[in-house]
Amino acid sequence: MGFDRREFIKIAGLSALAGLGSRAAFELLGPGELEATSVSYAAKESALTAKRWAMVIDMGKCLPEAGCKDCMERCHRIHNVPDFGNPKDEIKWIWKEAFAHAFPEQESEYLAEHLHHEPFVVLCNHCAHPPCVRVCPTKATFKRKQDGIVTMDMHRCIGCRFCMAGCPYGSRSFNWRDPRGKNAQGEPFLKEINQEYPTRNKGVVEKCNFCVERLAEGKIPACVEACRHGALVFGDVADEHSEVRQILREHYTIRRKPELGTDPSVFYIV
Amino acid sequence: MLEKALRGSRGYWLWIALLLGIIGVGFLFYLQQLRDGLTITGMGRDVSWGFYVAQFTYLVGVAASAVMLVMPYYLHDYKTFGKIVILGEFLAVSAVSMCVLFIFVDLGQPFRVMNVVLHPTPNSVMFWDMIVLSGYFLLNIIIGWATLGAERKGVQPAGWVKPLIYLSIPWAVSIHTVTAFLYAGLPGRHLWLTAIMAARFLASAFASGPALLIILCLIVRRVSRFDPGKEAIQTLAKIVAYAMITNVFFLLLEFFTAFYSGIPGHMHSLQYLFFGLDGHGKLVPFMWTFVVLAAVGIALLLVPKWRRQENLLAAAAAAVVVSTWIDKGMGLVVGGFIPNPFERVVEYAPTGAELLITLGVWAIGFLILTILYKVAVGVKEETAA
Repeated sequence: MGFDRREFIKIAGLSALAGLGSRAAFELLGPGELEATSVSYAAKESALTAKRWAMVIDMGKCLPEAGCKDCMERCHRIHNVPDFGNPKDEIKWIWKEAFAHAFPEQESEYLAEHLHHEPFVVLCNHCAHPPCVRVCPTKATFKRKQDGIVTMDMHRCIGCRFCMAGCPYGSRSFNWRDPRGKNAQGEPFLKEINQEYPTRNKGVVEKCNFCVERLAEGKIPACVEACRHGALVFGDVADEHSEVRQILREHYTIRRKPELGTDPSVFYIV
Repeated sequence: MLEKALRGSRGYWLWIALLLGIIGVGFLFYLQQLRDGLTITGMGRDVSWGFYVAQFTYLVGVAASAVMLVMPYYLHDYKTFGKIVILGEFLAVSAVSMCVLFIFVDLGQPFRVMNVVLHPTPNSVMFWDMIVLSGYFLLNIIIGWATLGAERKGVQPAGWVKPLIYLSIPWAVSIHTVTAFLYAGLPGRHLWLTAIMAARFLASAFASGPALLIILCLIVRRVSRFDPGKEAIQTLAKIVAYAMITNVFFLLLEFFTAFYSGIPGHMHSLQYLFFGLDGHGKLVPFMWTFVVLAAVGIALLLVPKWRRQENLLAAAAAAVVVSTWIDKGMGLVVGGFIPNPFERVVEYAPTGAELLITLGVWAIGFLILTILYKVAVGVKEETAA
């Protein structure tokens, strides 16, 4: 199997061409798929900071307002969460689940009557020991050292969805289709686009980020701000003088699936 | 040696053309998936891994099973396997290639796949899976090629091949152990959260891989002048029999733990798979097919009188391949997501496009396998002549 220099150069050249050409072919297949410009949230002086951000959800205040969706609508609007109109592809950052589904292991036929029907607000728990961060093969999902928020670099995510298998709370959503696209009737999945926050590519995972972009500007999370009933309280659970600590001291609270060792940062007063 | 794959009968070229046709169809549907996203599959927010990842899991097992030939031959000097050990190694090469492709087609952002290398993350099991799979691929192609080349020249393989062969033995165990750890370390997925996951994976691997190899040996004997040997095939059959029994035994252990303890989370996925849950039971017929085929396969392989009849042996091997594929290539991955973290049952079924892409990847694997086997068989025929 002789193999002279001329032949080698010929093969090497051809393989290089094939390599370059395939890249170009992929560009042709997905034209104009520019990535969202990366927005950096440099902390301003007015930025809100904490050692460990946490949320207390007072169901006593939330439950009587069963039809209210203020927190969800505000969150999904400012974060450009698309509405695909089907449960299979659905993306959600904050939504409602019945008690039996949010706390399946606590479910009992003899539970207080109001808990049977009323929906609970659920979102990412920003766990102190997040399985999604543990399993991510690219560190696209990470926990911020400074304040414990579990957030994402959607430009790094390869869309393997290991985090979705890892998350025991169903808090992660994958862009099964292009959120910037349109449905069969020509209506865009994003009714309006908030220019302050990036839209996403198809093929990446996303979830609640505890509004890191707003905290950097000194604003509390959108859902907390949107709640007219004061049911959502946000604060530093590591600071014993904080409002959330005050509430946790005075009320019996539960968390979702604490037995899994994830140490969730979202507490519920039932 | 590769030139041997360029000369073949009419049947050989027809088979290659068929595979290329299937690959072409799969590729077209993959282009559709690239354009429209993974929405064209049956996967969704609740069952977020499906057919692709299931094939990946199954094929890691097929790849690992090469060790069932390498170990007896090289460690225990079981000479009967001398003729077919190369078939096991090349099967591993083709299986690992399919594994990599199945992960690739499952990615939402496939062009970012190198991020796994650019941002190495040792706390992710997927990072380790990448390392062990690529290492195993290299080990088998290098060992296979080097030993085959030496055989052709009628000399002993180079000295550096032996250490690689010994390394490939624990390495084979590692690929399936690490793949099991992808699942077994996730809190809240009860079906997967079991300490015997890696053991189950290995048991089913050592049944499915050698069973596939039996079928391949029978085909090779029919289409070429190379005879893998009756005794080698019979030994493979015994390996399959006992591995399959172990595999079923391990599954029964899961049933005991779940149903005797009565812990709902542990029972739910098994209930869904085998009996249906909350009125949903799409996979129930498949899982019972698995049960029946596993029983038939074991019976045919265990009784010497039946095992020695080669048409019954082929049927038994096929039964084992199909049953392990249903169990691991479908039930295990999909079942792990049902019920979802909210204890709701959301079912999954692959779409046509998903099936055709899957078929395309299998065809690529069989193309690689065909070429490698053509080379190996060509060398064997040449040295025998």
